[in-house]
Amino acid sequence: MPTITLQQFMFGAIALVILGSAILVATLRNIFHCLLFLALSFLGVAGVYLLLSADFLAAVQVLVYIGAITVLMMFALMMTHRVMTTDISQSLTQWWLAPLPIALGIFAVLFRVYVRHGGQALVDTKHHAVPTTGIIGQALLTRYMLPFELASILLLVAMVGAIILAKEDKSDDPA
Amino acid sequence: MDNYAYIALFAVIGVAFSIFVMLLSWAIRPHRPSKVKLEPYECGEIPFGNAWRQFKVGYYIFALVFVIFDVEAIFIFPWAKELLNFKAKGLGVFAFAEMMIFIAILVVGLIYAWRKGVLKWD
Repeated sequence: MPTITLQQFMFGAIALVILGSAILVATLRNIFHCLLFLALSFLGVAGVYLLLSADFLAAVQVLVYIGAITVLMMFALMMTHRVMTTDISQSLTQWWLAPLPIALGIFAVLFRVYVRHGGQALVDTKHHAVPTTGIIGQALLTRYMLPFELASILLLVAMVGAIILAKEDKSDDPA
Repeated sequence: MDNYAYIALFAVIGVAFSIFVMLLSWAIRPHRPSKVKLEPYECGEIPFGNAWRQFKVGYYIFALVFVIFDVEAIFIFPWAKELLNFKAKGLGVFAFAEMMIFIAILVVGLIYAWRKGVLKWD
């Protein structure tokens, strides 16, 4: 391909941000800095969602992964005694045993998709994409009504479980 | 895609402008540090200890509960976007009731957290 489109350029830039910050997450010695780069990596993933015209998913990525999960990890770090000022180095010499099969597996799947579809775009991003929020809302309220309500129960279970695990059992005083 | 180009442009200008302003003030300001000037500003409070200290565990459970309600809010957005459409089709009560059930289930969790004293700050 002689010229690259704006989209390809954007994808390249976003991929660089994701991979660069992911490498920093894995290699930096200060665990707090790792966490900040993890947030940057999440932001890059939100950018990929935008390129795929999944605007609602991109917003969810920013709100949940950066706004809630990274903050949760940050709190966990702040509660851990002296972990923030200590340099931590990788002491496990076989650390690559875990990511290697995962990376190879993802590569195998992507390669298979590439071979099967001959390098053709699977998602039409050329045309103007419609905002997805309304479509998702429609689907949630009609076709996926039961999963939608079940999600609420799932969240309830998660919340109760988190409280049971995180709260040290003192005498429970009804407020 | 075009609209996101504006967002990208906005982000680039925003970052470039803040870097420019910081460089400019660095270039033209006098540099005479003193102990008082280098202290962190905490709204008039005199800072003590190290900022990188162990924080209260109570924050963590607030963050945990926040994650749950953050995800709940995510579900409310597409519902709010479509509610008027459902009303126009005469299904407004149905759509409204669905969300109320969704929220009611989670309110059970909130009441549980409240009864367990999670929301108390001591």
